[in-house]
Amino acid sequence: MQLTNRAKPVDRKPMTWLESIYLWNIGKGMLITLSHFFKKKATIQYPEKKRTFSQVFRGLQVLNRDEEGRERCTACGLCAVACPAEAITMEAAERQNGEEHLYREEKYAAKYEINMLRCIFCGYCEEACPKDAIYLSQTFAPANYGRSGFIYKKEDLLIPDPIKDPEGYKKALGERSKLKD
Amino acid sequence: MADEIKLFKVTIDNITVEVPPGTSILQAARKIGGDVAPPAMCYYTPLKGSGGKCRTCLVEVAAGSTADPRPMPKLVASCRTNVMDGMVVKNITSPKVMDARNGVVEFLLINHPLDCPICDQAGECHLQDLSYEHGKESTRYEFKKRTFKKHDLGKYIQLHMTRCILCYRCVFTADQVTNNRVHGVLDRGDHSEIATYIKMSLDNDFIGNVIDVCPVGALTDKTFRFKNRVWFTKPVDAHRDCPTCCGKVTLWQRGDEVLRVTARKDQWGEIMNTEDGKPGWICNECRFEKKKTSDWVIEGVMKVSRHSVISANKYINAVKPEETVAAVMGGRAPKLLMDIHNVSDINDPDVDLSLIQGPATGKVFEKKSKS
Repeated sequence: MQLTNRAKPVDRKPMTWLESIYLWNIGKGMLITLSHFFKKKATIQYPEKKRTFSQVFRGLQVLNRDEEGRERCTACGLCAVACPAEAITMEAAERQNGEEHLYREEKYAAKYEINMLRCIFCGYCEEACPKDAIYLSQTFAPANYGRSGFIYKKEDLLIPDPIKDPEGYKKALGERSKLKD
Repeated sequence: MADEIKLFKVTIDNITVEVPPGTSILQAARKIGGDVAPPAMCYYTPLKGSGGKCRTCLVEVAAGSTADPRPMPKLVASCRTNVMDGMVVKNITSPKVMDARNGVVEFLLINHPLDCPICDQAGECHLQDLSYEHGKESTRYEFKKRTFKKHDLGKYIQLHMTRCILCYRCVFTADQVTNNRVHGVLDRGDHSEIATYIKMSLDNDFIGNVIDVCPVGALTDKTFRFKNRVWFTKPVDAHRDCPTCCGKVTLWQRGDEVLRVTARKDQWGEIMNTEDGKPGWICNECRFEKKKTSDWVIEGVMKVSRHSVISANKYINAVKPEETVAAVMGGRAPKLLMDIHNVSDINDPDVDLSLIQGPATGKVFEKKSKS
Protein backbone atom coordinates (compact mmCIF):
# COMPACT_ATOMS: atom_id res chain seq x y z
CA MET A 1 0.00 0.00 0.00
CA GLN A 2 1.24 3.46 -0.84
CA LEU A 3 0.32 6.50 1.18
CA THR A 4 1.66 9.04 -1.32
CA ASN A 5 2.86 8.79 -4.86
CA ARG A 6 6.03 10.75 -4.15
CA ALA A 7 8.08 7.69 -3.21
CA LYS A 8 10.97 7.01 -5.59
CA PRO A 9 12.21 3.51 -6.24
CA VAL A 10 15.79 3.13 -4.96
CA ASP A 11 18.34 3.12 -7.72
CA ARG A 12 20.44 0.01 -7.17
CA LYS A 13 22.58 0.25 -10.29
CA PRO A 14 26.36 -0.15 -9.62
CA MET A 15 28.28 3.18 -9.63
CA THR A 16 30.22 4.15 -12.71
CA TRP A 17 33.98 4.88 -12.34
CA LEU A 18 33.40 8.63 -12.39
CA GLU A 19 30.79 8.36 -9.66
CA SER A 20 32.95 6.07 -7.53
CA ILE A 21 35.73 8.68 -7.10
CA TYR A 22 33.13 11.02 -5.54
CA LEU A 23 34.80 14.13 -6.95
CA TRP A 24 31.62 15.74 -8.07
CA ASN A 25 29.80 15.07 -4.79
CA ILE A 26 32.71 16.34 -2.69
CA GLY A 27 32.72 19.52 -4.71
CA LYS A 28 29.00 19.90 -4.21
CA GLY A 29 29.37 19.56 -0.46
CA MET A 30 32.25 22.03 -0.37
CA LEU A 31 30.13 24.55 -2.22
CA ILE A 32 27.47 24.34 0.44
CA THR A 33 30.09 24.85 3.16
CA LEU A 34 31.53 27.80 1.24
CA SER A 35 28.16 29.44 0.86
CA HIS A 36 27.85 29.51 4.66
CA PHE A 37 30.86 31.87 4.91
CA PHE A 38 28.70 34.54 3.38
CA LYS A 39 25.63 33.89 5.47
CA LYS A 40 24.72 35.46 8.81
CA LYS A 41 26.40 33.67 11.72
CA ALA A 42 24.15 31.50 13.84
CA THR A 43 26.31 31.91 16.95
CA ILE A 44 27.38 34.91 19.00
CA GLN A 45 30.46 35.53 21.15
CA TYR A 46 28.56 34.78 24.37
CA PRO A 47 30.10 36.46 27.39
CA GLU A 48 30.93 39.64 25.46
CA LYS A 49 27.73 39.72 23.48
CA LYS A 50 24.38 38.71 24.87
CA ARG A 51 21.15 37.92 23.11
CA THR A 52 18.07 39.80 24.16
CA PHE A 53 15.48 37.56 25.66
CA SER A 54 11.89 37.48 24.66
CA GLN A 55 9.68 39.70 26.75
CA VAL A 56 7.95 36.67 28.20
CA PHE A 57 11.19 34.85 29.02
CA ARG A 58 11.00 33.20 32.41
CA GLY A 59 14.30 33.50 34.21
CA LEU A 60 15.59 33.98 37.73
CA GLN A 61 13.00 35.03 40.29
CA VAL A 62 13.11 38.50 41.77
CA LEU A 63 11.36 39.61 44.95
CA ASN A 64 9.78 42.95 44.29
CA ARG A 65 9.56 46.07 46.40
CA ASP A 66 6.95 48.81 46.28
CA GLU A 67 7.59 52.47 45.38
CA GLU A 68 8.73 53.22 48.91
CA GLY A 69 11.21 50.39 48.91
CA ARG A 70 9.25 48.11 51.22
CA GLU A 71 9.18 44.40 50.59
CA ARG A 72 5.94 43.38 49.02
CA CYS A 73 6.01 39.74 50.06
CA THR A 74 3.70 38.84 52.94
CA ALA A 75 4.66 35.17 53.13
CA CYS A 76 1.17 34.07 52.16
CA GLY A 77 2.58 30.82 50.82
CA LEU A 78 0.64 30.84 47.57
CA CYS A 79 3.82 30.64 45.49
CA ALA A 80 5.00 27.71 47.57
CA VAL A 81 1.72 25.87 47.18
CA ALA A 82 1.60 26.62 43.46
CA CYS A 83 5.18 25.50 42.91
CA PRO A 84 5.10 22.14 41.15
CA ALA A 85 8.73 21.44 42.04
CA GLU A 86 8.29 22.48 45.69
CA ALA A 87 11.29 24.74 45.36
CA ILE A 88 9.96 27.64 47.40
CA THR A 89 10.00 27.68 51.19
CA MET A 90 9.53 30.53 53.64
CA GLU A 91 9.18 31.50 57.25
CA ALA A 92 6.75 34.24 58.18
CA ALA A 93 7.18 36.77 60.94
CA GLU A 94 5.19 39.62 62.40
CA ARG A 95 6.23 43.16 61.57
CA GLN A 96 7.36 44.92 64.71
CA ASN A 97 6.96 48.59 65.55
CA GLY A 98 9.58 50.58 63.70
CA GLU A 99 9.80 48.15 60.80
CA GLU A 100 7.00 49.77 58.81
CA HIS A 101 9.49 51.21 56.34
CA LEU A 102 10.86 47.75 55.61
CA TYR A 103 7.78 45.66 55.09
CA ARG A 104 4.57 46.61 53.41
CA GLU A 105 2.19 44.48 55.43
CA GLU A 106 1.68 43.27 58.98
CA LYS A 107 3.22 39.93 58.11
CA TYR A 108 6.38 39.47 56.11
CA ALA A 109 8.70 36.74 54.98
CA ALA A 110 11.53 36.64 57.48
CA LYS A 111 13.18 33.96 55.39
CA TYR A 112 12.44 33.20 51.80
CA GLU A 113 14.30 30.60 49.84
CA ILE A 114 14.14 29.21 46.37
CA ASN A 115 16.02 26.03 45.66
CA MET A 116 17.29 26.66 42.14
CA LEU A 117 18.21 23.00 41.81
CA ARG A 118 14.53 22.26 41.98
CA CYS A 119 13.09 25.27 40.21
CA ILE A 120 11.81 24.56 36.71
CA PHE A 121 11.09 28.23 35.89
CA CYS A 122 7.46 27.57 35.10
CA GLY A 123 6.37 30.96 36.39
CA TYR A 124 3.51 29.64 38.49
CA CYS A 125 4.83 31.55 41.49
CA GLU A 126 4.47 34.80 39.60
CA GLU A 127 0.96 33.84 38.57
CA ALA A 128 -0.05 32.84 42.07
CA CYS A 129 1.33 35.92 43.82
CA PRO A 130 -1.52 38.16 45.00
CA LYS A 131 0.84 40.95 46.00
CA ASP A 132 2.87 41.32 42.81
CA ALA A 133 5.84 40.40 44.97
CA ILE A 134 7.64 37.84 42.84
CA TYR A 135 8.33 37.86 39.16
CA LEU A 136 10.60 36.03 36.80
CA SER A 137 13.31 38.23 35.35
CA GLN A 138 15.21 37.95 32.10
CA THR A 139 18.38 36.48 33.47
CA PHE A 140 19.09 32.91 34.38
CA ALA A 141 20.64 31.44 37.46
CA PRO A 142 24.42 31.47 36.97
CA ALA A 143 26.32 28.22 37.06
CA ASN A 144 28.01 27.19 40.27
CA TYR A 145 30.51 24.54 41.31
CA GLY A 146 28.70 23.56 44.51
CA ARG A 147 25.16 22.67 45.32
CA SER A 148 24.91 25.02 48.29
CA GLY A 149 25.23 28.02 45.98
CA PHE A 150 21.90 27.23 44.43
CA ILE A 151 19.86 27.82 47.57
CA TYR A 152 18.83 31.38 46.83
CA LYS A 153 17.91 33.33 49.94
CA LYS A 154 15.88 36.47 50.31
CA GLU A 155 18.98 38.65 50.07
CA ASP A 156 19.87 37.08 46.72
CA LEU A 157 16.39 37.48 45.33
CA LEU A 158 15.40 40.95 46.52
CA ILE A 159 15.35 43.73 43.97
CA PRO A 160 17.55 46.78 44.79
CA ASP A 161 15.81 49.51 46.76
CA PRO A 162 14.20 51.99 44.31
CA ILE A 163 15.02 54.92 46.59
CA LYS A 164 18.57 54.05 47.64
CA ASP A 165 19.59 52.49 44.34
CA PRO A 166 17.24 53.67 41.59
CA GLU A 167 19.56 52.59 38.79
CA GLY A 168 19.97 49.08 40.11
CA TYR A 169 16.24 48.89 40.58
CA LYS A 170 15.57 49.93 37.01
CA LYS A 171 18.14 47.49 35.71
CA ALA A 172 16.62 44.67 37.73
CA LEU A 173 13.17 45.49 36.44
CA GLY A 174 14.58 45.23 32.93
CA GLU A 175 12.21 44.71 30.06
CA ARG A 176 9.41 44.27 32.50
CA SER A 177 9.15 47.99 33.20
CA LYS A 178 8.58 48.56 29.50
CA LEU A 179 5.90 45.90 29.49
CA LYS A 180 4.06 47.69 32.27
CA ASP A 181 4.01 51.12 30.66
CA MET B 1 -46.67 2.93 69.11
CA ALA B 2 -48.69 6.02 69.93
CA ASP B 3 -45.67 8.19 70.65
CA GLU B 4 -44.10 7.47 67.29
CA ILE B 5 -43.22 10.80 65.73
CA LYS B 6 -44.74 11.50 62.36
CA LEU B 7 -41.99 12.45 59.97
CA PHE B 8 -42.39 15.45 57.70
CA LYS B 9 -41.76 15.01 54.01
CA VAL B 10 -39.91 17.96 52.58
CA THR B 11 -38.65 18.42 49.05
CA ILE B 12 -35.50 20.46 48.60
CA ASP B 13 -34.26 21.01 45.07
CA ASN B 14 -36.45 18.11 43.89
CA ILE B 15 -34.95 15.72 46.44
CA THR B 16 -37.34 14.49 49.10
CA VAL B 17 -36.26 13.72 52.64
CA GLU B 18 -38.16 12.78 55.76
CA VAL B 19 -37.25 14.73 58.85
CA PRO B 20 -38.80 14.97 62.31
CA PRO B 21 -40.94 18.04 63.04
CA GLY B 22 -39.04 21.02 64.35
CA THR B 23 -36.13 20.56 61.98
CA SER B 24 -35.00 23.66 60.17
CA ILE B 25 -34.82 23.73 56.39
CA LEU B 26 -31.04 24.07 56.67
CA GLN B 27 -30.72 20.89 58.71
CA ALA B 28 -33.00 19.03 56.33
CA ALA B 29 -30.88 20.21 53.40
CA ARG B 30 -27.73 19.15 55.22
CA LYS B 31 -29.28 15.72 55.59
CA ILE B 32 -29.28 15.54 51.79
CA GLY B 33 -25.85 17.09 51.71
CA GLY B 34 -23.77 18.24 48.79
CA ASP B 35 -24.64 21.42 46.92
CA VAL B 36 -28.20 21.38 48.18
CA ALA B 37 -27.16 22.49 51.65
CA PRO B 38 -27.25 26.28 51.81
CA PRO B 39 -24.13 27.99 53.13
CA ALA B 40 -24.33 29.32 56.67
CA MET B 41 -22.10 32.01 58.08
CA CYS B 42 -23.82 32.76 61.38
CA TYR B 43 -25.81 29.62 62.17
CA TYR B 44 -23.95 27.11 64.32
CA THR B 45 -25.76 23.96 65.35
CA PRO B 46 -24.32 23.56 68.87
CA LEU B 47 -25.11 27.19 69.76
CA LYS B 48 -28.69 27.89 70.78
CA GLY B 49 -30.19 31.01 69.26
CA SER B 50 -27.55 31.40 66.57
CA GLY B 51 -28.54 32.09 63.00
CA GLY B 52 -30.74 34.51 61.13
CA LYS B 53 -28.13 37.24 60.89
CA CYS B 54 -25.97 36.75 57.85
CA ARG B 55 -28.71 35.94 55.30
CA THR B 56 -26.49 33.69 53.21
CA CYS B 57 -28.75 30.70 53.79
CA LEU B 58 -31.80 32.30 52.13
CA VAL B 59 -33.97 29.83 50.24
CA GLU B 60 -37.19 30.04 48.31
CA VAL B 61 -40.18 28.17 49.67
CA ALA B 62 -42.28 27.26 46.63
CA ALA B 63 -44.99 25.57 48.64
CA GLY B 64 -45.51 26.09 52.37
CA SER B 65 -47.04 22.70 53.23
CA THR B 66 -49.57 20.16 52.03
CA ALA B 67 -52.27 21.89 54.04
CA ASP B 68 -51.41 25.33 52.72
CA PRO B 69 -49.47 25.02 49.49
CA ARG B 70 -49.09 28.76 48.91
CA PRO B 71 -45.49 29.85 48.36
CA MET B 72 -43.88 32.13 50.93
CA PRO B 73 -43.82 35.69 49.60
CA LYS B 74 -40.17 36.36 50.37
CA LEU B 75 -37.04 34.31 50.56
CA VAL B 76 -36.62 32.87 54.03
CA ALA B 77 -33.58 32.22 56.16
CA SER B 78 -33.38 28.45 56.09
CA CYS B 79 -31.55 28.21 59.41
CA ARG B 80 -34.46 29.78 61.30
CA THR B 81 -37.41 28.39 59.36
CA ASN B 82 -38.74 25.01 60.32
CA VAL B 83 -40.01 22.52 57.80
CA MET B 84 -43.66 21.66 57.33
CA ASP B 85 -45.08 18.48 55.89
CA GLY B 86 -45.12 18.69 52.12
CA MET B 87 -42.95 21.78 51.96
CA VAL B 88 -41.21 22.40 48.64
CA VAL B 89 -37.97 24.33 48.93
CA LYS B 90 -35.78 25.63 46.14
CA ASN B 91 -32.18 26.40 46.85
CA ILE B 92 -29.74 26.09 43.97
CA THR B 93 -32.53 25.48 41.49
CA SER B 94 -33.96 28.94 42.12
CA PRO B 95 -32.31 31.83 40.25
CA LYS B 96 -33.90 34.22 42.76
CA VAL B 97 -31.98 32.57 45.59
CA MET B 98 -28.69 32.59 43.76
CA ASP B 99 -29.16 36.24 42.89
CA ALA B 100 -30.00 37.14 46.48
CA ARG B 101 -27.03 35.17 47.75
CA ASN B 102 -24.69 36.96 45.39
CA GLY B 103 -26.03 40.22 46.75
CA VAL B 104 -25.55 39.10 50.34
CA VAL B 105 -21.98 38.09 49.64
CA GLU B 106 -21.32 41.45 48.03
CA PHE B 107 -22.63 43.14 51.16
CA LEU B 108 -20.51 40.95 53.42
CA LEU B 109 -17.45 41.86 51.41
CA ILE B 110 -18.10 45.60 51.35
CA ASN B 111 -16.07 46.25 54.45
CA HIS B 112 -13.95 43.15 54.35
CA PRO B 113 -10.28 44.07 53.98
CA LEU B 114 -9.54 41.07 51.69
CA ASP B 115 -6.21 40.56 53.38
CA CYS B 116 -6.33 36.81 52.86
CA PRO B 117 -2.57 36.64 52.13
CA ILE B 118 -1.97 37.78 55.71
CA CYS B 119 -4.95 36.21 57.40
CA ASP B 120 -4.41 33.00 59.34
CA GLN B 121 -7.91 31.81 58.54
CA ALA B 122 -7.19 31.65 54.81
CA GLY B 123 -7.67 28.13 53.58
CA GLU B 124 -10.36 27.29 56.10
CA CYS B 125 -12.34 30.51 55.89
CA HIS B 126 -16.04 30.22 55.15
CA LEU B 127 -16.19 33.70 53.70
CA GLN B 128 -13.44 32.71 51.30
CA ASP B 129 -15.41 29.66 50.17
CA LEU B 130 -18.54 31.72 49.87
CA SER B 131 -17.01 34.50 47.83
CA TYR B 132 -15.26 31.95 45.67
CA GLU B 133 -18.67 30.59 44.76
CA HIS B 134 -20.82 33.70 44.78
CA GLY B 135 -18.52 36.69 44.83
CA LYS B 136 -17.95 39.22 42.14
CA GLU B 137 -14.57 39.80 40.59
CA SER B 138 -14.43 43.40 41.66
CA THR B 139 -16.15 45.69 44.11
CA ARG B 140 -18.72 48.35 43.29
CA TYR B 141 -18.10 50.08 46.59
CA GLU B 142 -16.41 53.43 46.13
CA PHE B 143 -15.88 54.56 49.68
CA LYS B 144 -13.23 53.87 52.24
CA LYS B 145 -13.60 50.62 54.10
CA ARG B 146 -14.33 51.01 57.79
CA THR B 147 -11.45 50.57 60.18
CA PHE B 148 -11.33 50.19 63.92
CA LYS B 149 -9.08 51.01 66.79
CA LYS B 150 -7.20 47.88 67.73
CA HIS B 151 -8.41 46.04 70.79
CA ASP B 152 -6.20 43.68 72.68
CA LEU B 153 -8.08 40.61 73.81
CA GLY B 154 -5.32 39.11 75.89
CA LYS B 155 -2.49 36.74 75.18
CA TYR B 156 -4.50 33.98 73.53
CA ILE B 157 -6.85 35.58 71.06
CA GLN B 158 -6.11 38.03 68.29
CA LEU B 159 -8.96 40.23 67.15
CA HIS B 160 -9.10 41.69 63.65
CA MET B 161 -12.27 43.68 63.74
CA THR B 162 -12.10 44.70 60.09
CA ARG B 163 -12.57 41.08 59.06
CA CYS B 164 -15.61 40.55 61.28
CA ILE B 165 -19.01 39.93 59.69
CA LEU B 166 -20.92 40.26 62.98
CA CYS B 167 -22.31 36.74 63.04
CA TYR B 168 -22.53 36.79 66.86
CA ARG B 169 -21.26 33.22 67.06
CA CYS B 170 -18.51 34.18 69.50
CA VAL B 171 -21.01 36.01 71.70
CA PHE B 172 -23.22 32.93 71.86
CA THR B 173 -20.20 30.77 72.55
CA ALA B 174 -19.09 32.94 75.44
CA ASP B 175 -22.65 32.89 76.79
CA GLN B 176 -23.28 29.20 76.47
CA VAL B 177 -19.91 27.52 76.78
CA THR B 178 -18.05 29.70 79.26
CA ASN B 179 -19.45 30.77 82.60
CA ASN B 180 -18.77 34.46 82.19
CA ARG B 181 -19.03 36.52 79.05
CA VAL B 182 -16.87 39.61 79.02
CA HIS B 183 -17.08 40.56 75.35
CA GLY B 184 -19.93 41.50 73.11
CA VAL B 185 -20.94 43.64 70.18
CA LEU B 186 -20.76 47.32 71.01
CA ASP B 187 -22.30 50.23 69.13
CA ARG B 188 -24.61 49.81 66.22
CA GLY B 189 -24.80 49.88 62.46
CA ASP B 190 -21.53 50.52 60.73
CA HIS B 191 -19.77 51.10 64.03
CA SER B 192 -20.70 47.84 65.70
CA GLU B 193 -17.67 45.96 66.82
CA ILE B 194 -16.62 43.06 68.97
CA ALA B 195 -14.98 44.44 72.09
CA THR B 196 -14.76 44.08 75.82
CA TYR B 197 -15.84 47.67 76.61
CA ILE B 198 -13.70 47.92 79.69
CA LYS B 199 -10.30 46.71 78.63
CA MET B 200 -10.41 43.11 79.68
CA SER B 201 -8.71 40.08 78.36
CA LEU B 202 -10.63 37.01 77.36
CA ASP B 203 -9.18 34.36 79.62
CA ASN B 204 -12.08 32.17 80.59
CA ASP B 205 -11.33 28.46 80.55
CA PHE B 206 -13.29 27.74 77.39
CA ILE B 207 -13.00 31.09 75.62
CA GLY B 208 -10.60 29.64 73.04
CA ASN B 209 -13.61 28.10 71.33
CA VAL B 210 -14.54 31.48 69.87
CA ILE B 211 -11.60 30.95 67.51
CA ASP B 212 -13.13 27.75 66.20
CA VAL B 213 -16.61 29.18 65.75
CA CYS B 214 -15.47 32.34 63.99
CA PRO B 215 -16.33 31.82 60.31
CA VAL B 216 -13.79 34.42 59.21
CA GLY B 217 -10.38 35.47 60.46
CA ALA B 218 -11.65 38.01 62.99
CA LEU B 219 -10.72 35.87 65.97
CA THR B 220 -7.57 33.88 65.49
CA ASP B 221 -5.17 31.96 67.66
CA LYS B 222 -2.33 34.16 68.88
CA THR B 223 -0.14 31.16 69.60
CA PHE B 224 -0.45 30.12 65.95
CA ARG B 225 -0.31 33.61 64.49
CA PHE B 226 1.72 33.74 61.26
CA LYS B 227 3.53 30.53 62.07
CA ASN B 228 2.42 28.65 59.02
CA ARG B 229 -0.33 28.53 56.48
CA VAL B 230 -3.01 26.01 57.36
CA TRP B 231 -2.60 24.12 54.12
CA PHE B 232 1.04 23.40 54.85
CA THR B 233 0.28 21.96 58.26
CA LYS B 234 -0.74 18.36 58.76
CA PRO B 235 -4.02 17.83 60.61
CA VAL B 236 -3.87 14.86 62.96
CA ASP B 237 -6.58 13.66 65.29
CA ALA B 238 -5.34 13.27 68.83
CA HIS B 239 -6.62 13.11 72.37
CA ARG B 240 -5.42 13.52 75.91
CA ASP B 241 -6.86 12.96 79.34
CA CYS B 242 -8.09 16.44 80.17
CA PRO B 243 -9.85 17.05 83.48
CA THR B 244 -11.80 20.06 82.18
CA CYS B 245 -12.81 19.14 78.64
CA CYS B 246 -13.27 16.15 76.39
CA GLY B 247 -9.63 16.36 75.25
CA LYS B 248 -10.41 15.28 71.70
CA VAL B 249 -8.70 17.63 69.31
CA THR B 250 -7.07 18.07 65.95
CA LEU B 251 -3.38 18.89 66.00
CA TRP B 252 -2.00 20.92 63.11
CA GLN B 253 1.57 19.79 62.82
CA ARG B 254 4.66 20.67 60.90
CA GLY B 255 6.98 17.71 61.14
CA ASP B 256 6.64 16.78 64.79
CA GLU B 257 5.95 20.30 65.97
CA VAL B 258 2.41 21.02 67.09
CA LEU B 259 1.72 24.44 65.66
CA ARG B 260 -1.95 24.66 66.48
CA VAL B 261 -4.62 22.77 68.36
CA THR B 262 -8.28 23.03 67.40
CA ALA B 263 -11.44 21.18 68.19
CA ARG B 264 -12.56 18.57 65.68
CA LYS B 265 -14.85 19.88 63.03
CA ASP B 266 -17.34 18.20 60.76
CA GLN B 267 -17.92 18.81 57.07
CA TRP B 268 -19.98 21.92 57.78
CA GLY B 269 -17.16 23.48 59.77
CA GLU B 270 -18.97 22.91 63.04
CA ILE B 271 -17.58 21.33 66.16
CA MET B 272 -18.12 17.59 66.15
CA ASN B 273 -19.95 15.86 68.92
CA THR B 274 -18.02 13.48 71.12
CA GLU B 275 -19.23 9.93 71.72
CA ASP B 276 -21.62 11.04 74.46
CA GLY B 277 -23.43 13.33 72.02
CA LYS B 278 -22.21 16.60 73.49
CA PRO B 279 -20.34 19.17 71.40
CA GLY B 280 -16.60 18.64 71.70
CA TRP B 281 -15.59 22.06 73.01
CA ILE B 282 -12.01 22.07 74.19
CA CYS B 283 -10.46 24.05 77.02
CA ASN B 284 -7.78 26.71 76.83
CA GLU B 285 -5.17 24.44 78.36
CA CYS B 286 -5.56 21.89 75.57
CA ARG B 287 -5.69 24.56 72.92
CA PHE B 288 -2.93 26.93 73.94
CA GLU B 289 -0.62 25.20 76.40
CA LYS B 290 -0.15 21.67 75.13
CA LYS B 291 2.10 22.27 72.17
CA LYS B 292 4.21 19.17 72.38
CA THR B 293 3.57 15.94 70.53
CA SER B 294 4.36 14.07 73.74
CA ASP B 295 1.32 15.67 75.42
CA TRP B 296 -1.01 13.89 73.03
CA VAL B 297 -2.02 10.41 71.98
CA ILE B 298 -2.11 10.55 68.20
CA GLU B 299 -4.98 8.73 66.53
CA GLY B 300 -4.13 9.31 62.88
CA VAL B 301 -4.43 11.76 60.03
CA MET B 302 -7.66 13.74 59.99
CA LYS B 303 -9.93 12.92 57.09
CA VAL B 304 -10.01 15.97 54.87
CA SER B 305 -12.23 16.30 51.85
CA ARG B 306 -10.06 15.83 48.82
CA HIS B 307 -11.47 19.03 47.35
CA SER B 308 -9.94 21.04 50.16
CA VAL B 309 -6.59 22.69 49.66
CA ILE B 310 -5.69 21.37 53.10
CA SER B 311 -5.82 17.81 51.77
CA ALA B 312 -2.92 18.47 49.38
CA ASN B 313 0.08 16.25 50.07
CA LYS B 314 -1.58 14.45 52.96
CA TYR B 315 -1.46 10.72 52.51
CA ILE B 316 -3.77 8.45 54.40
CA ASN B 317 -2.15 5.21 55.54
CA ALA B 318 1.22 6.56 54.44
CA VAL B 319 4.13 4.40 55.48
CA LYS B 320 7.35 6.20 56.20
CA PRO B 321 9.98 4.40 54.12
CA GLU B 322 13.03 3.09 55.93
CA GLU B 323 16.56 3.88 54.89
CA THR B 324 17.41 1.07 52.52
CA VAL B 325 20.85 2.09 51.32
CA ALA B 326 22.58 1.38 54.60
CA ALA B 327 20.88 -2.01 54.89
CA VAL B 328 21.89 -3.02 51.39
CA MET B 329 25.41 -1.60 51.52
CA GLY B 330 26.35 -3.42 54.72
CA GLY B 331 25.84 -0.52 57.10
CA ARG B 332 27.47 2.13 54.94
CA ALA B 333 25.25 5.18 54.78
CA PRO B 334 24.81 6.95 51.44
CA LYS B 335 27.09 9.88 50.79
CA LEU B 336 25.15 13.05 51.37
CA LEU B 337 26.13 15.63 48.80
CA MET B 338 24.44 18.45 50.63
CA ASP B 339 22.62 18.63 53.92
CA ILE B 340 19.90 21.19 53.31
CA HIS B 341 19.96 22.32 56.95
CA ASN B 342 23.56 23.48 56.56
CA VAL B 343 22.50 25.93 53.88
CA SER B 344 18.85 26.70 54.45
CA ASP B 345 17.49 28.90 57.22
CA ILE B 346 14.05 27.45 56.82
CA ASN B 347 12.71 24.56 58.90
CA ASP B 348 15.72 25.03 61.14
CA PRO B 349 15.81 22.14 63.63
CA ASP B 350 17.01 24.60 66.29
CA VAL B 351 13.99 26.86 65.91
CA ASP B 352 10.91 25.35 67.49
CA LEU B 353 8.02 27.58 66.48
CA SER B 354 5.55 25.70 68.64
CA LEU B 355 7.38 26.81 71.78
CA ILE B 356 7.09 30.50 70.96
CA GLN B 357 4.02 31.98 72.59
CA GLY B 358 3.11 34.68 70.12
CA PRO B 359 3.93 35.25 66.47
CA ALA B 360 7.56 34.84 65.43
CA THR B 361 9.64 37.93 64.83
CA GLY B 362 12.52 38.33 62.45
CA LYS B 363 14.95 37.73 65.31
CA VAL B 364 13.74 34.19 65.89
CA PHE B 365 15.13 33.03 62.59
CA GLU B 366 18.40 34.93 62.82
CA LYS B 367 19.75 32.83 65.65
CA LYS B 368 21.63 30.34 63.54
CA SER B 369 23.37 32.71 61.18
CA LYS B 370 24.90 34.61 64.14
CA SER B 371 26.32 31.63 66.02
